[in-house]
Amino acid sequence: MSSAPKAPMKALTLRLQDELFAVEAGSVREILDLVPITEVPNAPEFVAGLINVRGRVVPLADLRVMFGMDRPEPNQDTRIVVMEIDIDGEPTIAGILADKVHDVTDIEAASIEDAPKVGMRWRPEFIKGIGKRNGGFIIIPNLGRIFETQGARSAHLAASEERSAS
Amino acid sequence: MSFPDPTETFRQEARELLEQLELGLLDLEQNPANDDLINSTFRALHTIKGSGAMFGFTAVAAFVHEFETAFDQVRKGQSPATPALIGVALDAKDHIHKLIEEPDAPQTGGQAILEALRIVIAGGTGADIVLDEAPAPAASIAEAAPVATGEQRWRIRFRLPGDSLVYGTNPLLLLDEIRALGPCTVVALTDTIPSLDVIDPEVPYIGWQIDMVADDPREAIDDVFLFLKDGMELSVEPLAEEAAAPASEPVPEGAAAVQLPVAVAIKAAAEPAPRAKVAKVADKEPAPAASSSMRVDAERLDELMDRVGELVIAQARLTQIANMSQDGNLKTIAEELERLSSGLRDTTMGIRMVPIGTLFGRFRRLIHDLSRDLGKEIEFVTTGEDTELDKTMIERLADPLVHLIRNSVDHGLESADKRLAAGKEAKGTVRLSAVYAGAEVKISVTDDGAGLNAERIRAKAEENGIITPEQKLTEQELNHLIFAPGFSTAKEVTSLSGRGVGMDVVKRTIDGLRGSIDVTTKAGQGSTMTLRLPLTLAIIDGMLVRVGNGRYTIPLAAVEECVELPDGVEANARGRNFLDIRGSLVPFLRMREVFGTKAPIEPHQKVVIVSSGEGRVGLVVDQIIGNNQTVIKQLSKLHSGIKSFSGATILGDGTVALILDTAHLVAFGQTYVDQGRAA
Repeated sequence: MSSAPKAPMKALTLRLQDELFAVEAGSVREILDLVPITEVPNAPEFVAGLINVRGRVVPLADLRVMFGMDRPEPNQDTRIVVMEIDIDGEPTIAGILADKVHDVTDIEAASIEDAPKVGMRWRPEFIKGIGKRNGGFIIIPNLGRIFETQGARSAHLAASEERSAS
Repeated sequence: MSFPDPTETFRQEARELLEQLELGLLDLEQNPANDDLINSTFRALHTIKGSGAMFGFTAVAAFVHEFETAFDQVRKGQSPATPALIGVALDAKDHIHKLIEEPDAPQTGGQAILEALRIVIAGGTGADIVLDEAPAPAASIAEAAPVATGEQRWRIRFRLPGDSLVYGTNPLLLLDEIRALGPCTVVALTDTIPSLDVIDPEVPYIGWQIDMVADDPREAIDDVFLFLKDGMELSVEPLAEEAAAPASEPVPEGAAAVQLPVAVAIKAAAEPAPRAKVAKVADKEPAPAASSSMRVDAERLDELMDRVGELVIAQARLTQIANMSQDGNLKTIAEELERLSSGLRDTTMGIRMVPIGTLFGRFRRLIHDLSRDLGKEIEFVTTGEDTELDKTMIERLADPLVHLIRNSVDHGLESADKRLAAGKEAKGTVRLSAVYAGAEVKISVTDDGAGLNAERIRAKAEENGIITPEQKLTEQELNHLIFAPGFSTAKEVTSLSGRGVGMDVVKRTIDGLRGSIDVTTKAGQGSTMTLRLPLTLAIIDGMLVRVGNGRYTIPLAAVEECVELPDGVEANARGRNFLDIRGSLVPFLRMREVFGTKAPIEPHQKVVIVSSGEGRVGLVVDQIIGNNQTVIKQLSKLHSGIKSFSGATILGDGTVALILDTAHLVAFGQTYVDQGRAA
């Protein structure tokens, strides 16, 4: 991600446990209070729920699963961020559970750095970059990779293994 | 609003007409003396010619005109509709199709087809005609038709239908067209013009009377009014000599002397023609009971379906609120709305349903061509044409069925000598049938050929590396190998099938439609390929059940009955997963186990028996909540891998419920049966 765009990133900041995350504000459709969640039996834990967003059935994702965080019960700050996410190249509406939603802000492109390859608790491919604001870090997740379905992910891995082998 | 491209409209219409033409020709082959068929074929040709010329497809119009001229001999009964003729006519139809679809591409072969057509009509076989061959002597037969006895005086009277002006007809242009046929005198008949206060400016009150000198103009006049025939009055009569001099011609009662400045040339008719009345065209050919219809964009239908879906959800919420309230008026209106929306749902879905016969019709041509190319005599039998399926489903079924039929004819049916040697009729039979089976439609292609050759399939699959020689397969698994990619048992690759693509595509397409495919075969007696397809309706009736804290919808059409789970069975939880339903053993699945529900087990478990095809399975649930209308929403890619669910729906209280995929669950339950047998 060295070719980060020059223009500041317009981002929605949200909190998952103790970490601040930033997602592209342009892809956010709406932010909802907690609604009844329908559990999907046998679904991956990461997307174990479905919600009704204005008459559409929308999958609800819990990024905390992918980042190996604790998952306490929702409280009054819990929100659902409804976003358009590319899943295997198909734009899909999905909801993301957030422990708290903060604000929309600009993150200076210059302040965004690549995720370090080592010394991180999380899988590096899930992180697009790390920005800085007010002396703290903001994690910019790579939603495309996080939401990749199993089939696409293994194809992806095979391809990257091939690359590294050659 | 943008208007649709008129050329595209013509193309669409022409495609349908060509299809009709093709079916007509194929019917005619079976039934060569049927005048109705000949006439309808002729009509289709005529309409293509007319509208083709109107939209600037001159090549089409010219070609069809020649085709029509030749075919006229058949209509007049001067030439029989022989199979050779039908063959050439089908080629001609294909040529027209090409002309319409690719008007700019250079088209050759048209002349050769016409030549062949003329020769066939003259009694030849037409088989040996090739492009650029010298015109056969019989070519002039079309022109040899008896020609009218020269110019003569005719009187034409017509009144336009009341709505013709609304639809853009300009009577003056019609008059111009008639005038182009020969010198004539035009008189307006004003006797039916009402008084000014009741006049409707959009209604053509004026009739027209035209006296003209020409060769028999009846056909030409028919052409002029081609698009107005229905509902108009038209008479074309030859004028007797005694009524000759136009000056003394009494103007009809009440007709004003609106003489149009037309060059009048009078030539006394050579001989008085009998006053043969051609009569009102409208009465001449009663159109086959064609219900009026209109074209609608499929996208708009989808949109309508979405709206109805939303309405149904809103209605379900209202019903729920009304049920909680004490307000009698609210309850009444909620019930009323429920009735209305359910009616609206059925109607909307009905719009999208198309009888599968529209699809079956196309295959008759396929069989005809296959029969000719392979030299196999084939009888093609279709049943269940009026089975209705969703339109998109029908469109996507066309290709798989073509493959299956080709396969049956090419690989299934033996050659005539082999059949005779095996003690069968020389003529092979291919059956195509469609029938409802619960919430599914079953479409099967059956042939009475040699059946699948298990050894050859096995050998081929081993050769292609699909299976290993050690692998043990059941008969069913073996038969399914033909759907494996890269599989083909045909010893020679023919132009039709045998390239090893096709059957795997069939399987993929059917899977994509959430259907399944099944093969049964009997050596020496033929094989049957059966497709099972859901009706894929966007809205279905569902039965809402509860398992633990989750609510799920089961398509009601798949539900056979509901029973209580006997206590004894419950105690005996391990091992015996069968219920005795009136003497037959039905496997059952504890949905709480399937779903991994953690909530404590409840007393009085219910079993919903669902069926798919021949299979049945009982689904054990905690509670049966009731019936509801279910709008099917597709699951996103994130959940499409979970096979137990075919979709989701939104309940009256706004929460989401998953729809159980009964076909999958039944198949899952059947594995219990197989295990039970093995044990």
